[in-house]
Amino acid sequence: MLSQIEGSRAVAETVGHCRPQVICAYPISPQTHIVEALSALVKSGRLTACEFVNVESEFAAMSVAIGASAAGARAYTATASQGLLYMAEALYNASGLGLPIVMTVANRAIGAPINIWNDHSDAMSQRDSGWIQLYAEDNQAAADLHVLAFRLAEELSTPVMVCMDGFVLTHAVEAVDVPSQAAVDRFLPAFQPRQVLDPDAPLTIGAMVGPEAFTEVRYLAHTNQLRALARLPELADQFAATFHRDLDALVSPYRCDDASTVVVALGSVLGTLKDTVDGMRTAGMPIGVLGLTAFRPFPAAAIKTAIGAAKRIVVLERAFAAGAGGIVSADLAPVLPADRELYTVVAGLGGRPVTRDSLRETLAAAFAGRLAPLTFLDLDERLLRAAEEVPS
Amino acid sequence: MTQHVRFYQTGSFAVGNRLLPAEARTVQSDPTRANSLTSGHRACRGCGEALGARYVLDAAMRATGGRLVTVNATGCLEVFSTPYPESSWRVPWLHSLFGNAPAVASGVAAALKARGRTDIRVLGQGGDGGTVDIGFGALSGMFERGDDVLFVCYDNQGYMNTGVQRSGATPPAARTSTTQAVGPAPGNVFGQGKSAPLIAMAHEIPYVATATIADLHDLESKVERAMGLHGARYLHVLVPCPLGWGSDAAQTVRIARLAVQSGLFPVFEAERGAVSAVSPIRHRVLVEEYLRPQARFRHLFEPERRADVIDGLQAIADRNIRRFGLLPGEQT
Repeated sequence: MLSQIEGSRAVAETVGHCRPQVICAYPISPQTHIVEALSALVKSGRLTACEFVNVESEFAAMSVAIGASAAGARAYTATASQGLLYMAEALYNASGLGLPIVMTVANRAIGAPINIWNDHSDAMSQRDSGWIQLYAEDNQAAADLHVLAFRLAEELSTPVMVCMDGFVLTHAVEAVDVPSQAAVDRFLPAFQPRQVLDPDAPLTIGAMVGPEAFTEVRYLAHTNQLRALARLPELADQFAATFHRDLDALVSPYRCDDASTVVVALGSVLGTLKDTVDGMRTAGMPIGVLGLTAFRPFPAAAIKTAIGAAKRIVVLERAFAAGAGGIVSADLAPVLPADRELYTVVAGLGGRPVTRDSLRETLAAAFAGRLAPLTFLDLDERLLRAAEEVPS
Repeated sequence: MTQHVRFYQTGSFAVGNRLLPAEARTVQSDPTRANSLTSGHRACRGCGEALGARYVLDAAMRATGGRLVTVNATGCLEVFSTPYPESSWRVPWLHSLFGNAPAVASGVAAALKARGRTDIRVLGQGGDGGTVDIGFGALSGMFERGDDVLFVCYDNQGYMNTGVQRSGATPPAARTSTTQAVGPAPGNVFGQGKSAPLIAMAHEIPYVATATIADLHDLESKVERAMGLHGARYLHVLVPCPLGWGSDAAQTVRIARLAVQSGLFPVFEAERGAVSAVSPIRHRVLVEEYLRPQARFRHLFEPERRADVIDGLQAIADRNIRRFGLLPGEQT
């Protein structure tokens, strides 16, 4: 049933329907509305058999989730930005231990300068942490991906991060069909941990592993993630059968079939991109859009198929690696056939709006072969000059 | 120093003592003991932490009827007990990181509660680095929330696993590899460091206690006491480290006893923020007797005796004795 609902609340209610047993959270904007709503669910008794733990830091949030998951509970937390970095050590630990924790990341910039607005710097910085990363295009996807995330995490015994754009999605009220309790119960079976702390069958979890076996542990983590590439579309089909709506689990191509230029992006900017491309197609420019839902594992084969014969690939990045360039582009480059042109456009850092006008101008330049390999959308030259003029 | 070797040390409560009546034996002398941390691990000879952990866990196992789950911080105890593919643990055991063991233990406790498995109890453990330094935020969080966890700190007063660096539990004047015995004020600085048990008490949790491996019956009874309570509990156990302290491996227990008898390590219990019992010093010794057998304090005696520094340490011991009333009947 569709309802007008804030993104955070839609996610919180969906997570609640996934019957988590331990929720731990430390507040950080723009994640707060999600955990506030979950706290209320637990405190009011609407969500039973669940412990809500108010922790003293994000490092503790992920650590509580680690302990809870290892003790056989379905564990959930949410964070953003600095909070994600503060738990970075524990992120690697959770994936190394193969604990199927699900976490929402309300994507936000990383300081300094301190900035609470949306970009993808936080999640992108943890791309090598061993977590599966799924990016939501809108709040329906954000809600749905959480149901999928719990199922995938527990099947593969690996943690999953659901990334949704801070404020743009978390605080936006739009029509969402919140997955119902009955449907979620049909799709998501009770958590059966692969291994669990149990006095009746004592296990040592988290032993020290030396050079003789460390590589193998990492290799297996890699193959496990690759398994997700095969499993995600299957689960998406099952999801569609259960919930009667589609869910793009790997990639979402839009008007790519006959496109000579394809724009690759993640998250809420895809909506603006699709609108922009519609307009440009009317003006005779065959441009398509390819949204990535899965960033880890990287859906290389699906991207290659979706891109087809397009000559130019423009990657719209909501984060970047200073001193190097695009992050998604770097993963994409080896996938592309040698005869393709690859452009990186860094856009919308720290919450700067990515407008249709700017996109149209940039994509038109790409279409005409006039775009530099790396550009920054709407770079304010006046501010750059001012920075140069600051007396030392 | 001459040592008289006695294979059966009746009355000393030493490991393997089977000449005592059954009710007076330690858990370790009980043929049905859990052996939670079993033999074959890679601790150094004379390791106080291995001894302490064995007693703590077996006592906890007995107190809980074997319904126990443990969480371990990174450190010596974790490293020497679990070199893959081996493990010395016969209890469910989880190691995550250096600085998060109390939070992980909280998570385990929350999971057990949510799953309706409150018959299973949780014990977290770590060294002084993992407890009083890098894990302190998590420990304080666990305390203030009152999570149902007993956290045990095996305090060997430094980062021994990484090569004997100073921690917040290193005593003044002690030589470590980051407070060298050089310069005008050799060793660790006076006026630094913290008392984790006193800070634990400030959280007004149900139970805080200190103990050493010199009195294993006392250690066991405190574990038993702690496991009989619910909520956040804290046990701080002094465990000498022959490697880091530069002491004879055969003297570990004796040195722990001297720490208590000198007054440098007060042994007490506290309930809800107030001291409820202290172990009185039976045979008081001067701190010098405790310091001399340890190479980490050698610079206080060679090349010349540093009376000023020794007096400074004696003053700390005297203050402990006054503060905790460790010498009842004596006006101090």
